[in-house]
Amino acid sequence: MADLPLSRRHLLGGAAVLGLSALPLVRARAAGNLTVGFIYVGPKDDYGYNQAHAKGAAALKALPGIQVVEEENVRETTDVQKTMESMINLDSAGLIFPTSFGYFDPHVLIEAKKNPKVQFRHCGGLWTESNPKNAGSYFGYIAQGQYLNGIVAAHASRSKKLGFVAAKPIPQVLNNVNGFLLGARSVDPAITLQVIFTGEWSLAVKEAEATNALIDGGADVITCHVDSPKVVVETAARRGAFACGYHADQSALAKDKYLTGAEWNWASIYKGFVADMQAGRAPPNFLRGGLADGFVKMSPYGPAVSEAARRNADAVKAEMMKGGFAIIRGPLKDNKGNEIAPAGRTYAENAIELEKTNYLVEGVKGSA
Amino acid sequence: MSGAETGGDLGLWTVLLAVIGGAIRVSTPFLFVSLGETITERSGRINLGLEGTLVFGAMSAYATAVVTGSPWAGVLVAGLAGGVFGLLHGTICRFPGVNDVAVGIALMLFGSGLAFFLGKPFIQPSAPPLPAIPFGFWSDLPQVQAALRVNVLFLAGAALAPFLWWAFRNTKAGLVVRVAGDSADAARAMGYDVDRVRLYATGLGGVLAGVGGAYLSLYYPGSWNEGISSGQGLMAVALVIFARWNPLACFGAALLFGGAGALGPALQSVGVTQGYYLFYAAPYVLTLILLVATSSPDRALAGAPGELAK
Repeated sequence: MADLPLSRRHLLGGAAVLGLSALPLVRARAAGNLTVGFIYVGPKDDYGYNQAHAKGAAALKALPGIQVVEEENVRETTDVQKTMESMINLDSAGLIFPTSFGYFDPHVLIEAKKNPKVQFRHCGGLWTESNPKNAGSYFGYIAQGQYLNGIVAAHASRSKKLGFVAAKPIPQVLNNVNGFLLGARSVDPAITLQVIFTGEWSLAVKEAEATNALIDGGADVITCHVDSPKVVVETAARRGAFACGYHADQSALAKDKYLTGAEWNWASIYKGFVADMQAGRAPPNFLRGGLADGFVKMSPYGPAVSEAARRNADAVKAEMMKGGFAIIRGPLKDNKGNEIAPAGRTYAENAIELEKTNYLVEGVKGSA
Repeated sequence: MSGAETGGDLGLWTVLLAVIGGAIRVSTPFLFVSLGETITERSGRINLGLEGTLVFGAMSAYATAVVTGSPWAGVLVAGLAGGVFGLLHGTICRFPGVNDVAVGIALMLFGSGLAFFLGKPFIQPSAPPLPAIPFGFWSDLPQVQAALRVNVLFLAGAALAPFLWWAFRNTKAGLVVRVAGDSADAARAMGYDVDRVRLYATGLGGVLAGVGGAYLSLYYPGSWNEGISSGQGLMAVALVIFARWNPLACFGAALLFGGAGALGPALQSVGVTQGYYLFYAAPYVLTLILLVATSSPDRALAGAPGELAK
């Protein structure tokens, strides 16, 4: 290397000088302001996961001194590292929300080490003390919403079979599947739930096939955990089955076949993070919350929801609003016969064990 | 028992029904794209851009149906847009020294990108779907009725396959396309403008791919978003080789791929829940096995147009 007139080191040095000369301009523009970056795995108007985050981002745009930069359709590969670096280096982003599950490990962790002055807050990941201090994770106990979905579904179902279209068997998805069935079983213990995994967050044809297969198998209420529930909800409604929504309000897609839905409410969380940054504090590294904390909300009841179902769901929701409501309560077995919780043991929504769920409860047909 | 009203537990029959139903529901885009590509490749050119045409067809059909309220207007616009993409490919490839495969890849990226850009405002609205014919009316089972709800475009594709097979053998246009594909020199000696023949063949291929896209967004899964095709256009181009450039075999291959795609979800629904990733790979494994089993190191693929086999 040494005898080469133009070494890699020279080139890098030159690039650094160029970068430095551009820096004052960027800094001047960013002075006193905070640029917040949002990264989405799909389109931000997908009737689902990304739309819920984009609504939170839109709420920030109205705040003084805040600039929002967004990028859609960023894959869970090194692509997201490039996007983060461009937000940091070109837009001077000080706070970045990489919102998709697969961004966290290793991509967010790598970038957080590289850029210690930038704060990274990831949705859904499990941040621990050993991770970089400028990274963190936030998530909501949306299984509570799926539990309420299950109660309403149980009242609407005549076949006593429910269906769930799931993307990947990760803890958040499994908690939702379990929550949906346990909510339904709190109404009628004879109810069963069939789950079908599509293997990807967004695969329109496979999601439609899965919905059809569930309905062919006798399910008459369908819910899902995929990035965009649009296809599942529309397919279910066309086949005459009821649908419970997820991520965002899909009532417009299924009309009177839409019962209710578990929705995210990110705006208040994002505003809190930004307020921390503007006050010169780092936002919390580990933030969780449920219905009671305003992280999660329910879609308005559809016309097919009976008076009894509304009363039942509203009563349980009132319990959840007090905090500490346990969806997983012993005695409870998983669907392979292993004990999850002995009699008397309960896991409240904030139990850290639920972040590592790797089982499906008894009554769910499918394997995690 | 709730069985009487839901159709009951059909057990493994559910899988068979789902595979038949899936074959009918999922195969149509494969069928249209592979028939279109067969016409193009039979004329001696490869258009790899049909994935982009499919996605653009899906977007333009959905957008048109949202704006006009008529799904048939959507099919028409998708076909026209697909034709424009095909003609563009054909026109560029007329210039000397242009590689049709490279142009195809460029057009694939261009078509998808343009569809994403123009389709942004149409992700949210709901478009009126294409009508289907309930061929399952004779059955009391809702599963059978659902499996046999057949879309008109599927029937059109099913009729088009034997027609093309017949036309390649028995019509003048079909013979001219084949001559251009098998030997450009022979076609020129007969007085035909090879580039013109290929231009029209590629344009027609684009029309069919666009119509296949309309099926995706207006019937099944019946929604527009950026991941709607997930590579079906590319698979369909590969299907053409698999089907040995024979339109009838294209029909069979499209049905096979549609049915194989339905296998994974259907098996999970009857309790075969382990290894679903493996079942999802079934269509691709099947293709590999068949291609390996039928290929030979000594000769070109049987049925390959001479100009492509060079």
